Amino acid sequence: MSKKKLAFALMDPPFENARTTTAMRLLEAAVRKGHDVSVFAYEGSVYLPFARQAQHANSVRGHSVEEENHPLTKDWLAALLAAAEGRGQKLEWANCGLCVDERGAQEAIAGVRRGSPADLVKFAEECDNTLVIATR
Amino acid sequence: MAKKILQLIDGAYRCTLEEQDDPAIWITNAMKGAGGDFTVVLSGNAVNYGVKAQDASGLAFGAWRQTMPPRIHDDLAKLMEKGVAVHVVEEDVAERGLERGELIAGLKPIARGAVPKLLATHDLVWRW
Repeated sequence: MSKKKLAFALMDPPFENARTTTAMRLLEAAVRKGHDVSVFAYEGSVYLPFARQAQHANSVRGHSVEEENHPLTKDWLAALLAAAEGRGQKLEWANCGLCVDERGAQEAIAGVRRGSPADLVKFAEECDNTLVIATR
Repeated sequence: MAKKILQLIDGAYRCTLEEQDDPAIWITNAMKGAGGDFTVVLSGNAVNYGVKAQDASGLAFGAWRQTMPPRIHDDLAKLMEKGVAVHVVEEDVAERGLERGELIAGLKPIARGAVPKLLATHDLVWRW
């Protein structure tokens, strides 16, 4: 399979909807199959790489923080960025700057940059195909 | 005496992989522990929460691995151990092709038409 350039636009915030996990799994599959990926995070999805996400214990199940090992989307993205870098592929993530400002979500993990809708236009122009995974 | 609260849980699998549980069931467990008096009715797709063969393990992104996947049927069993009655709407179970033997023990089948009577026996009804 030839290498493709794929662009994604996401909208959902973390911890709210199965679309987030599905979107991240699609990104993972694209990276694993050797494609370059660009992501424009719009609206609530700018919180996916929020650096201050923190794990917690689960008193209902009697789990410590370590046992619960709660998933954090910032860790998912960090792992994907590392996997792409390790394979010499591009995984670019641009957070919509206005959406970041609205939400106070400025603190993002390394590898995430501030962007604008112009980035999505650029991604669309450069890529072989795009997928919008919008909030419903 | 605590108010009797009926939890109607209809939506399912909305964020279970990220949260490692269903938030409505999790908070019912937590509130039961805090002294609340609850009954649960699972309807729609949420009846699948009772299937005992569920296995959501294996989620991975790069080097990250999920080590504590959701086990919602176990969370329901824990609720029942605490004395919470958990009903499943039997028509919704049947429509999804589920057999009784595929569900965890202790779930109480309830006909859709009998739910209003159950509502009437509670002080509060919360739909999730």
